[in-house]
Amino acid sequence: MEEEKFETIIVHSAVYKTEYTEKYRRRIKWEKPDENQLHSFIPGTIIDVFVKPGDKLKEGDPLLILEAMKMHNLVQMPFDGKIATIKVKAGDKIPKGTLMIEIAAK
Amino acid sequence: MSLKRNILDLRKRKDEVLKGGGEKAIEKQMAMGKLTARERILYILDEGSFHEYDMFVEHVARDFDMDKMKLHGDGVIIGTGTIYGSPVCIFAQDFTVAGGSLGLMHARKITKIMDHSLKMRVPLIGINDSGGARIQEGVNSLAGYGEIFFRNTLASGVIPQISVILGPCAGGAVYSPALTDFVFVVNNISKMFITGPSVIKTVLGEEISMEDLGGAKVHAEVTGNAHFYAESELECFEQIKKLITYIPWNNTQKAKAIEPAKPTFKKKIENIVPVDAKMPYDIRDIIKAITDNSDFFEVMEYFAPNVVIGFGRMEGETVGFVCNQPKVLAGVLDCDSSDKAARFIRYCDAFNIPIITLEDLPGYLPGVDQEHAGVIRHGAKILYAYSEATVARITVIIRKAYGGGYIAMNSRHLRADFVFAWPTAEIAVMGPEGAANIVFRKEIAEAEDPDAMRQVKIQEYKDKFANPYVAASKGYIDEVIEPQDTRRILLHALKVSANKSISGPKKKHGIPPF
Repeated sequence: MEEEKFETIIVHSAVYKTEYTEKYRRRIKWEKPDENQLHSFIPGTIIDVFVKPGDKLKEGDPLLILEAMKMHNLVQMPFDGKIATIKVKAGDKIPKGTLMIEIAAK
Repeated sequence: MSLKRNILDLRKRKDEVLKGGGEKAIEKQMAMGKLTARERILYILDEGSFHEYDMFVEHVARDFDMDKMKLHGDGVIIGTGTIYGSPVCIFAQDFTVAGGSLGLMHARKITKIMDHSLKMRVPLIGINDSGGARIQEGVNSLAGYGEIFFRNTLASGVIPQISVILGPCAGGAVYSPALTDFVFVVNNISKMFITGPSVIKTVLGEEISMEDLGGAKVHAEVTGNAHFYAESELECFEQIKKLITYIPWNNTQKAKAIEPAKPTFKKKIENIVPVDAKMPYDIRDIIKAITDNSDFFEVMEYFAPNVVIGFGRMEGETVGFVCNQPKVLAGVLDCDSSDKAARFIRYCDAFNIPIITLEDLPGYLPGVDQEHAGVIRHGAKILYAYSEATVARITVIIRKAYGGGYIAMNSRHLRADFVFAWPTAEIAVMGPEGAANIVFRKEIAEAEDPDAMRQVKIQEYKDKFANPYVAASKGYIDEVIEPQDTRRILLHALKVSANKSISGPKKKHGIPPF
């Protein structure tokens, strides 16, 4: 009866009956980042986008400018590849973690 | 009679200062549900014990029409008084005077009383209620903060430093409380943050209320910046006064002992703990079953509650408790609970308060978030704090003491003075389930019925290792005790440790994993 209220924690294969904290409940599950997806690393405004879908680019080629904290941050191509989709345009205000550009899977 | 005229003049001047920021500002303060700076001091201190200094100090800034302003006491009240007869130094920022903003003379008053408390070796209580730096005073304000932070650090571990957040405390101002030993917050009144909601919104586009960003609950539960949480200012003042009774005036003294008393807790200690090591219970019940009057003054009750810390008394003398809490997250150690325990151990050590460790933990919390948050360096803080502590250190292993957690929780190997274990203790490298899966991996995999074989092997391991006797046979624990004798044995251990004296190699200071 009372047992049903408990949550469980597993440490070394043993299942412990216990309670969770709010902070534990809210923890973010880790996921392997997809390197073909370029997300904003900081909230800000898109100043300019230099590329279009289908462009074949080399590592280091400029993709767009993201303005944040009064700094113009140049986002570059992380490796050689082809642009699949562009999700932002000049003037967009975006939060942190927004998908900006997708690179075609190799 | 000219003397009488002088006295009347003095009284008039003092009355003027007592008006603070004036009626309107005081009304505003009350409308926010806050007491005035002077009321706060009078509530905290013994009746009639407060003496104020630097009443006639005035601000020095002359730019931006500041020369036309009259800022009584420059927005802060300083003085000395007593709490239950013990001397303390105190300052309170007066929000009714220029928003309690900190200018050069305001800071000088604070540093004056800080210097006094350090010189006189008495506790310092700081009440923060300030809009922050007085912009008109420019870099002088910053200098003021810096002088305060330096003194906080200098006095750390010498005199108890208590910060009370009773209003906004933002930007650089937050670092003084962060450097002090105990931070008190009150619901709906305390606000602490480095960058406020409006700046966060403009720069980052994230919208959050002041309360959600840095309210009392957030600091008591999430950030761990606050140690005591109260629903009202008056409750907060009672907490401060209670804390003062548990701690010494300075690091050369012991906390004042009070009349010894027996525990009053109704439940029998041997009936609190479920024998099944995987079932939870409230470790605070064990504390209450052994302390005088069953009194336990918990510190950081709402932050990382998987570890419980706080003060109690044994035969009238203050002791600090550091305990795993099986009721929450099975009592595991993680980043937050390690920080919490380590700092409290250092506090007790600095102020000559013996530490009793009640141990019952399955190990460290598994998870990517924990590993990436640095559970290695956070967990190391407990090892460091215990190893370095020279006060009497006594451990009672209630049930589980597995792996790294066993070592960390004031084990013999970190030079605990006494380690006792209940007969329910399981001191092993890990729990039977995990150990059997590794040690008997082959047998289990090759068995016709692996699950049945696993159960057999778990039981085999349990019978052999899940007890206190393997550790006892090596002298890692001193005595296996019956639960109902716990208080009696702890009292004895404390008594014979009262003159403990040890010293390590000479060094300037260690390099703890901050």
